[in-house]
Amino acid sequence: MSTVALTARDSSTMLRRNLLHARRYPSLTLNLLLTPIMLLLLFVYILGDALGSGIGGGDRSDYLAYVVPGLLLMTIGSTVIGTAVSVSNDMTEGIIARFRTMAIHRGSVLVGHVVGSVLQSVLSVVLVGAVAVAIGFRSTDAGVLDWLAALGLLALFALALTWIAVGMGLVSPNAEAASNNAMPLILLPLLSSAFVPLHAMPGWFQPIAEYQPFTPAIETLRGLLLGAQIGHNGWLAVGWCVGLAVLGYVWSTSRFDRDPA
Amino acid sequence: MNDPAIAAHGLRKSYGDKVVLDGVDLSVPEGTIFSLLGPNGAGKTTAVKILTTLISPDPASGAIRVGGHDLATAPQAVRAAIGVTGQFSAVDNLITGEENMLLMADLHHLSKVEGRRTAARLIERFDLVDAARRPASTYSGGMKRRLDLAMTLVGNPRVIFLDEPTTGLDPRSRHDMWVIIRELVADGATVFLTTQYLEEADELADRIAVLHDGRIAAEGTASELKRLVPGGHVRLRFTDPDAYRAAARALGRASRDDEALALRVPSDGGQRDLRAVLDLLDANAIEADELTVHTPDLDDVFFALTSPRRPLESVR
Repeated sequence: MSTVALTARDSSTMLRRNLLHARRYPSLTLNLLLTPIMLLLLFVYILGDALGSGIGGGDRSDYLAYVVPGLLLMTIGSTVIGTAVSVSNDMTEGIIARFRTMAIHRGSVLVGHVVGSVLQSVLSVVLVGAVAVAIGFRSTDAGVLDWLAALGLLALFALALTWIAVGMGLVSPNAEAASNNAMPLILLPLLSSAFVPLHAMPGWFQPIAEYQPFTPAIETLRGLLLGAQIGHNGWLAVGWCVGLAVLGYVWSTSRFDRDPA
Repeated sequence: MNDPAIAAHGLRKSYGDKVVLDGVDLSVPEGTIFSLLGPNGAGKTTAVKILTTLISPDPASGAIRVGGHDLATAPQAVRAAIGVTGQFSAVDNLITGEENMLLMADLHHLSKVEGRRTAARLIERFDLVDAARRPASTYSGGMKRRLDLAMTLVGNPRVIFLDEPTTGLDPRSRHDMWVIIRELVADGATVFLTTQYLEEADELADRIAVLHDGRIAAEGTASELKRLVPGGHVRLRFTDPDAYRAAARALGRASRDDEALALRVPSDGGQRDLRAVLDLLDANAIEADELTVHTPDLDDVFFALTSPRRPLESVR
């Protein structure tokens, strides 16, 4: 079998294993899905009026439109915390040592985790999106292509964060540490334009918020779904995603190739 | 002439200042059971981890070949030839026994039909039919170990590494495991077995190497190793004190146990030696009530070789 075919076959076997785990033990996935849904309801129904007027005289439904793109990305951040935890858990299992002594594609264990986790992220995003639509979110003038582009960006973003989370899972000695290490991935949206616009933040902080990975992705989603200006944010978002994905991939695979303790 | 299944020269591994393996030479002919025997911490598991490509040896090690392939240059070829059952069960606890087996079949790139057939055959052979659809986390220690070994055999490995396969098992499961290990070799595989149980090495292994402080302290067949230590004797026990005293006079070199009315006569346990003792007793018309021949067992060898107080001379 050629190397590519071997890689594909072993990776799909590992993916099946991961999906089996997720199906058998859905509680982790559901818990992580609950966070963004709770936040969505909190920000719209409890804080929506105040924040809506804060972003420029809008009401609750304006704020719903404003906050959904950020929450969709936060959903990904939340899902990949689960990835870090399950990678870390997996590495303590004897089965991983067995995989290392088998003539299989080395990276397939990690690829299985990543693909499974990206699928899970996309599924979670669709669910959170459905809740948003159910409580009144409407995309203004977004065509099919815009929707596809938005979904593509979300998937790419999920891929990037997942590889980073896999690296965090690999360097964490246990599940608790993995969960803590991956925490910034869900806190970072709070320091972005997800909940309040950049110009409402202190001046010294604005550049940090503007160029961190979440803001360009959020602004691009806003552009695609709500017709706002995308500007340089599109390229910035794609650049961040590719950069983080490559970084996470190199970090994770080199970490996995090391001798286990 | 066939290559040995496992050949290692000057196997070395240290972690920082701690030397775990300090130049170990191993050669295991195909189709045999080789046992690496040693106390906890002797470096047995480290040796297995290196030979199975799990960790890399120190650069100062010599050439290592497993299954006819060089470990450093062709690790994937080595992996294709071996099967490993480690000390800690290498099963996926979150999925069922059957799913574990099918996972292995997929990773060995068997076709769906072939994979199902192989899985079913091994599940049957290892007596896991009833448990096949339960998550592996619910298995007992012995069942887990059987599943573990069944998974190892999916790929039909020619060289099988078993790292303390019976540690923690009850006597019954342990005996079952011994039967299985013998069958593996009967099927033509080579087995590299580590154990801390002398009885197990004695029972199973064609050759035994005693690992102590990162070195091979002795190597040979069980009986060769037993010959290395003194301590063989004939024990004669009497009920009649007169007979006891007469025997003690007749057998001048015996050591006396006046309490038990027993004599210990140094002996190699051989026929000639034994007859000399009996002849001497007959000539003096003495009859012992009980005669036992004590040959040194592996325990004696083990303690003699690995006792920290006794500096080791080279016995190889």
